[in-house]
Amino acid sequence: MAIPFREVLNSGKFVITGEVGPPKGTNLEKMIHHIDLLKERVDALNVTDNQSSVMRFPSLGTCLLIKEHGGEPVFQMTCRDRNRLALQADLLFAYARGIRNVLCLTGDSITVGDHKEAKAVFDLDSVQLLHTVHTLESGWDIAGNELDGAVEFCVGACVTPDADPIEPQLIKFEKKVQAGIQFCQTQAIYDLDNFRKFMEYARKLDKNTKILAGIVLLVGARMARFMNESVPGIYVPEELIDELASAPKGKGLEKGIEIAGRLIRQIKEQAICDGVHIMAIGREELVPEILAAAGL
Amino acid sequence: MIVAERKPLEEIKEMIAGYKRILIVGCGTCVTICWAGGEKEVGILSSQLRLAFGKDGNELLTSEVTIERQCEREMVEELRDKVQEVEAILSLGCGAGVQTIAEVFEETPVYPALNTKFVGMPEREGVWVETCRACGDCLLGETGGICPVVRCAKGLLNGPCGGTKRGKCEVDPEKDCAWTLIYRRLEKQGRLDLMRKYYPPRNFQAVTRPGKVEALQA
Amino acid sequence: MGGNNKIVAFCCENSACAAADRAGKIRLYYPDNVRVIRVPCAGRVDVLHILKAFEKGADGVLVMGCQEEACRHLTGNTRARERVKYAEILLKESGIDGERVRMVNLAPEMAHKFAQEVSEMTERLKGLGPTPIKNGGPQR
Repeated sequence: MAIPFREVLNSGKFVITGEVGPPKGTNLEKMIHHIDLLKERVDALNVTDNQSSVMRFPSLGTCLLIKEHGGEPVFQMTCRDRNRLALQADLLFAYARGIRNVLCLTGDSITVGDHKEAKAVFDLDSVQLLHTVHTLESGWDIAGNELDGAVEFCVGACVTPDADPIEPQLIKFEKKVQAGIQFCQTQAIYDLDNFRKFMEYARKLDKNTKILAGIVLLVGARMARFMNESVPGIYVPEELIDELASAPKGKGLEKGIEIAGRLIRQIKEQAICDGVHIMAIGREELVPEILAAAGL
Repeated sequence: MIVAERKPLEEIKEMIAGYKRILIVGCGTCVTICWAGGEKEVGILSSQLRLAFGKDGNELLTSEVTIERQCEREMVEELRDKVQEVEAILSLGCGAGVQTIAEVFEETPVYPALNTKFVGMPEREGVWVETCRACGDCLLGETGGICPVVRCAKGLLNGPCGGTKRGKCEVDPEKDCAWTLIYRRLEKQGRLDLMRKYYPPRNFQAVTRPGKVEALQA
Repeated sequence: MGGNNKIVAFCCENSACAAADRAGKIRLYYPDNVRVIRVPCAGRVDVLHILKAFEKGADGVLVMGCQEEACRHLTGNTRARERVKYAEILLKESGIDGERVRMVNLAPEMAHKFAQEVSEMTERLKGLGPTPIKNGGPQR
């Protein structure tokens, strides 16, 4: 049995979380393979919730699967697809079936996904969802009705340390901390100098929230440039792009793994934050290699 | 004001196919200001339809009139004589205008020539932007006069999502991130404490749909 | 000659009208199927005027104003150009070829340009054929 994530967070060890992306369809073979591959190597496995607004196998169902396979799931919950009734109901269900970690997110816009004509819900936002979890924990729903059986979660949120402009993002982070979170996983970071600045701010705000730096595997210079251009909140420094570009043909991925490993090692050795959250986005089988490159 | 946009001619043509005599009604208020349904647009649509019908060898008799407000029964009532001479009415009013005409002249089919888009304001000549969602629970006093319910693509109340890029929205890089605007405005006013405040979930009962307002005064 | 195609030319009285007169005076050849409508400025021509011309049986419309930067009313000619562009869109929606309407900028002494534009439009209309709106189109 996996160690409860809350205990890992409180143990003081360098925390490593990974991620699985559910498939579009009911063939779960590949995902189960990823779960089995990663469950022993990471402290918890996040499950994305209709990631990038693309309809997929549900986060909640995948969390149950991870539990069945002996892993520790982090239930990612976005506000995009469910109103406050559905969100609360899913939280009750998740708790009743042994899921103990939840990551509260706003969710991407409907229009970036594959059901562009759908109605975006956003009945709650991420801060309100955090409050909702805590209200359910107190034995009440958010309409003020008493629950027959409450919930208890290790609650997390996310933050974008490279947001532009950063100030409004920091205020939102402050509100999340005030709402009460045990951990925070960041958007992908590549610029450690900037990340250090963010951590200085975060530590001043609150010492107890565990911050896990987001690590997204770069597979080449083109991907890095694309992310700089098109993905909000991600900044890949020019030196890293040059380094990727300098890799011999066909070796871009190896270089990317090396960079990811190096970032993790630097974060750990310099104790910049409390751990890392590795997002391999469809290349989960490479996570062991990334960890090896990090010396973990 | 209410901002609308004319439907494609093809769609309007299909709606009124089969009629020979129609009344085309403009509205002199919001849709005149947003260049969608005033006297001028009535003239253009009318001419376009005659050309399109004429091209197909069909006859279409149109009469044109623009009244001050299509959303008021008394003003719509003025159309009675003209309505008696036609088989159908084509309204260039907003949804409220179309429905008022339909209610006043129950015997006559009414068709919408516009798609009503939103409550908004002109950004520059010929461009209108949505600025009010008519949510019934106005919080502009706390957001520096910038509405996050409508100008944030996700309608977030507690600050920006992670999708801001250079102060623009992830949905459309042409559009400003509302929360960046709010931050800058509140900063200018020295009121950033308002942004640090927690805003609970919105009350969607602020307007019970369909909305209804009764004035207190007689 | 111009054949059966009818062209309506909205001509600015500060430029195009003089060019048309001059073309007549110096006996320049141009098709006789053009009807000149004198306007105080090309900017006076509204999209509705253009549409109505087609409704009344025109096969092509020319809007002729002063040269760029030379409008007596400052922006009349640039407005006219925008309106012609809009009229093209409206005509296309109605199933009428957008090439049947054209904006022309010219100076009062450009008689040749006037004649040439009328000839070109006539040739274009020969290719396109008459509009399907016949006999002045259905009346209101």
